[in-house]
Amino acid sequence: MLDDSDRRLLRHLQADPEQPVAALAAAAGIPVATCYKRLDRLREAGVLRGQRAVIHWPALGFAVEVSLRITLDKTNPRAFDEFHAAAREVPEVTEIQTFLGRVDVRLTVIARTMPHYQEVYRSRILTLPHIADIEALMHVATIKDAQALPL
Amino acid sequence: MSPPSRTRRPCRYDPPMIDLDESDRAILRALQTDATLKASELGRRLDLSQSATWRRIKRLTDAGVIAGRRLDLDTDKLGFGVTVFLGVKLATKGRVSLEDFERAVTAIPEVQTVQHVLGLYDYRLRVIARDLSDFERVLRRRIMTLPGVGNVEANVLLSEERRPGPIG
Repeated sequence: MLDDSDRRLLRHLQADPEQPVAALAAAAGIPVATCYKRLDRLREAGVLRGQRAVIHWPALGFAVEVSLRITLDKTNPRAFDEFHAAAREVPEVTEIQTFLGRVDVRLTVIARTMPHYQEVYRSRILTLPHIADIEALMHVATIKDAQALPL
Repeated sequence: MSPPSRTRRPCRYDPPMIDLDESDRAILRALQTDATLKASELGRRLDLSQSATWRRIKRLTDAGVIAGRRLDLDTDKLGFGVTVFLGVKLATKGRVSLEDFERAVTAIPEVQTVQHVLGLYDYRLRVIARDLSDFERVLRRRIMTLPGVGNVEANVLLSEERRPGPIG
């Protein structure tokens, strides 16, 4: 369904989502009108679902980021659903991921300071249902955050 | 902890920090879902003028709160069916090892994110691949051959949900 021009287009677009279509067309080496048409087609096909603004939490004072790797009590068949629903209610949780592997669920939790994190951890994380075990990885630095696809 | 590397992004979160009011929060929530919203449309929704909305977006962008945009692509439809998170422990540590590892790992196209962490592992990597055998190729040929790499733990991503965060 996708040809090389589509891939090239997406490659350039993901490198700079805000560029005007004219610039994108020039970079991808296709005429502007074709570029519009291809973008429309990619949207219609659901390949290009949209663009999201990235919030840099430290700029809002959330300097602490912790990755919590959680093992759930799988003897309860509702464990995943109930945990998920409860985790959604915690405002400081920015990501919920589920896994196949040693870890069942991972939460990204942000906080203003370490004491604030401690408070969130005790009052809102440890109270989540069906937790069997938690491991924390404290985020020190982001070395690469492209999240671009190797198209 | 590693000394700051020259290749790293500058910290954009030094003061001045900005305060948000309810309209700012609503703007951020909306742009998190659709960054292509025009100030006019956003203003209409929030009962603000176009120019007032534009000024607020500019202020949030200048303060580094809005740190850019990301395409929301259907990875499955593009042929990338597998995302794996790797926890990597370095076998050898020291400034040189960290920098060598970081330089080599960021150059791998399938590695989407690299985070330096404290805890059970030294680095957290997000790796995308076409399928499990493609992932195995990346793991064997590119990850396991990285300088200083020690213990590696893999967890295959089943589902992912991004939450708006504490601006709700």
